Amino acid sequence: MNDLNPAGWRPAMGVVGADEAPATFTGNRALQLEEPLLFEIGELGRCGVDFDGEASAPMPELGAFLRAAPVDLPGLSEPEAVRHYTRLSRQNYAIDLGLFPLGSCTMKHNPRLDEKVARMPGFADIHPLQPVQTVQGALKVINELAHWLITLTGMHGVAMTPKAGAHGELCGLLCIRAALEARGDARQVVLVPESAHGTNPATAAFAGYRVETIPATPAGRVDRAALEARLGVGGPEHSDVAAVMITNPNTCGLFESELKAIADAVHAVGAFVYCDGANFNAIVGRVRPGDLGVDAMHINLHKTFSTPHGGGGPGSGPVVLSEALCPFGPLPFSELHADGHLTLVEEETAGERHPQAFGRMSAFHGQMGMFTRALAYILSHGADGLLQVSGDAVLNANYILRSLDDVLDAPFGAAGPCMHEALFSDAGFAEGFSTLDLAKGLIDEGFHPMTVYFPLVVHGAMLIEPTETESKAALDQFIGAMRSLAERGKAGDPALKSAPHFAPRRRLDETLAARKPKLTWAKG
Amino acid sequence: MRYLPLSEADRGAMLGVIGVDSVDDLFADVPLAARLSGPVEGLPDHASEMAVERHMAKLAGQNLAAGAAPFFLGAGAYRHHVPASVDHLIQRGEFLTAYTPYQPEIAQGTLQVLFEFQTQVARLFGTDVANASLYDGSTACWEAITMAGRITRRGQVLLSAGLHPHYASTAKTMARFTGDTLHHTALSLDATPDDAALIAAIDGETSCVVVQYPDVLGRIPDLAAIAEAAHAKGALLVAVVTEPVALGLIESPGALGADIVVGEGQSIGVGLQFGGPYLGLFGCREKFVRQMPGRLCGETVDAEGKRGFVLTLSTREQHIRREKATSNICTNSGLCALAFSIHMSLLGGSGLAQMASASHARARETAARLAKVPGVSVLNRAYVNEFTVILPQDARTVVRALADRQVLGGVSLGRLYPDAPELGHALLVAASECTTADDIETLGRALEEVLA
Repeated sequence: MNDLNPAGWRPAMGVVGADEAPATFTGNRALQLEEPLLFEIGELGRCGVDFDGEASAPMPELGAFLRAAPVDLPGLSEPEAVRHYTRLSRQNYAIDLGLFPLGSCTMKHNPRLDEKVARMPGFADIHPLQPVQTVQGALKVINELAHWLITLTGMHGVAMTPKAGAHGELCGLLCIRAALEARGDARQVVLVPESAHGTNPATAAFAGYRVETIPATPAGRVDRAALEARLGVGGPEHSDVAAVMITNPNTCGLFESELKAIADAVHAVGAFVYCDGANFNAIVGRVRPGDLGVDAMHINLHKTFSTPHGGGGPGSGPVVLSEALCPFGPLPFSELHADGHLTLVEEETAGERHPQAFGRMSAFHGQMGMFTRALAYILSHGADGLLQVSGDAVLNANYILRSLDDVLDAPFGAAGPCMHEALFSDAGFAEGFSTLDLAKGLIDEGFHPMTVYFPLVVHGAMLIEPTETESKAALDQFIGAMRSLAERGKAGDPALKSAPHFAPRRRLDETLAARKPKLTWAKG
Repeated sequence: MRYLPLSEADRGAMLGVIGVDSVDDLFADVPLAARLSGPVEGLPDHASEMAVERHMAKLAGQNLAAGAAPFFLGAGAYRHHVPASVDHLIQRGEFLTAYTPYQPEIAQGTLQVLFEFQTQVARLFGTDVANASLYDGSTACWEAITMAGRITRRGQVLLSAGLHPHYASTAKTMARFTGDTLHHTALSLDATPDDAALIAAIDGETSCVVVQYPDVLGRIPDLAAIAEAAHAKGALLVAVVTEPVALGLIESPGALGADIVVGEGQSIGVGLQFGGPYLGLFGCREKFVRQMPGRLCGETVDAEGKRGFVLTLSTREQHIRREKATSNICTNSGLCALAFSIHMSLLGGSGLAQMASASHARARETAARLAKVPGVSVLNRAYVNEFTVILPQDARTVVRALADRQVLGGVSLGRLYPDAPELGHALLVAASECTTADDIETLGRALEEVLA
């Protein structure tokens, strides 16, 4: 064991073909560089930041509150920090490295102009509580983006503050609940199709509703008959259904062709239609959800409008609203006046202007850093570009569907084209071989796996969303890899069972992690 | 269109493989009535980088950037220096353009960062464990309240008078729909927070006491005493930290007995960004870990016994538990957590102490200068880097008049508490290591002019 390889961290061993390759002293393999934890390389008292100005003793009144010792955290010099994080970054897969076909997650190229714009000091370095006369440009960004989101969806208004898709769902449901309460109607049930994202039932429960599941038809769509039957329980005058949450296009990658009729039925019993807009990228510029009877829909700016996912966020989930729900939207929001200046409607002014607002969902104005990026994205693409975005996204997905449906089971493939994502099942795999094995094999081929085991309505689901920013050459290589893996899965190739072989780590023991959770580092 | 790689020839070849004539045929499932007949109305066609950059730069130019003026705003968002390497590193594509680490074999970079982040937050807060981040401080605060309700099975919540009003407002919005009862005492302008009144309000029905530390006026509550009183009644103490840099100087809430500590991590690494994206910090006692909201990263081993990291305890989460999840959160604030973690690793405990001391010193200098302005007095007995001054007139108009002089002088309580005229003369003033002697003098003179 050497100094750069502390206890608990072992050299790479047992890679396929390793019998010919000698073990290395460091455990590294050329550009495959292992990296210890920050706490194993940093030192208490070391610091990579220099400060100006006189340090002085704290004010005497702080006496009893002062901490006895600095926070027990090691520091790094700048070169150490740059190396630590650069090495760690190289253990990640990313869109910048290759095709990232996670269904429903929309991993498309992140334009770098948008990064540049978001970092302009006039956007990045302004405080949320600055006097409004000093942030007119920021309010214009919010207002301009709001305008285009309303235009693209054909809705009446938009709540910009929700911080991610699930937060947007909550916003939509709270608007619905507030609207129902305003007419003295205390309904308790939200209907959610079984193919829905997990956030839908979780949000409905968080908002205080009882969740009931609506089945899917064999064609992979919401069972309209079952839905209408449930709506009618107790008679149209006394429905206990507050809302129906529908994803469109849905998580099977299919357009809910009957959404308008469903919405009419929902409205007929006084309930509302919430649309999960996670897949809006499939129809942006072509279809306006407002024309389909939707009352509220969140838009994941980090999906359709390509703000970076950042390894798990931040997202941004503005919610477009129908006229019926607009009065109930959250605070704060910006308001444009005839002379072109903007003001903020917040607690101070809401009383007279927006008396039914259900309140604040978070401290400030929403994800400004995502608004600037999304606006730059929309203006860059324009009306013609957005049309091409949805067109190419759907074209790429169908190309994958038809290039694989002879080697993989596509449960809804026979019925016609898909939208922006292609869904396959694990039917036909050899005994003991699963979707997970194929996914891990894809890692060895240099791709990120597709979404696996979701939606729940398909056995061993594999949901592939290539997005419009992939070239035909990239798709062809991916298709080749998938065909090879499908054959290996059907033939029961044992090497597939133990994939990945070439990733920074082999399969990780998730059971151990959950049984004895070790969530922080301790010297051991 | 520079972002779309397919050529017309590609499209033709691909349509041939699919067996349809046109892209429109792929939208056959969309009823004709629902399809737009042409491009979106009013939106111009695609634009060059140059044109978009010009447009956005024009809008950016209509804002007064904090770095371009003497700047003293706080109230839940703070301006600290972020080392250049932080923004460089978070822009590495492998971090920036990665997804949630659901495939751990090829996401060890993100996962190790999250494990390190959780450790940093836990040590900063003095808690056993911390999660991999939430949206922001205000939503983290609400998540802590619901978590306390799950643990204590009680529904009465005490919010301290010094809790940021936007945090209280966020909690009130949510409580309206969950049936929790929030008790929020009115804020009054005293030199120290009224901990005794808060303690007296705790009873056997109290689920948790939510205390901001330092509070919205920059005062420092006696967390140890509140914790003891809460625990004696079977209630939990939720501490809320909106300025984590302060913990470089004052004791961590966990060490003082807080059961759950939440906060806003924005002031370390993230920047102001007009309010978002920010970074929700969440730490608690180990025994509550299965009631926590949000993602957790844990250590494990791979098939060869090598150390590695995975997302764990996901049976709490919405994608597994659906309507029975501890929270509906999915996307969190990953890249902001990375920025926080890099900045924190550059600082270390000693750098954080220096940053807090420098901010405290500049705040004291600012307070001393403002106290010399006729009619102005400093309210706080103690503070770290944010304090309250009482002006001889409504602070809202003063703030606007200062802004007309290109001075960003603070946050008026009138803006935060429009319904409490008795707070109208109070101004929150924050300083940091970025504050210069010139900034302080400029603020002092501008305030003298405005009040003259």
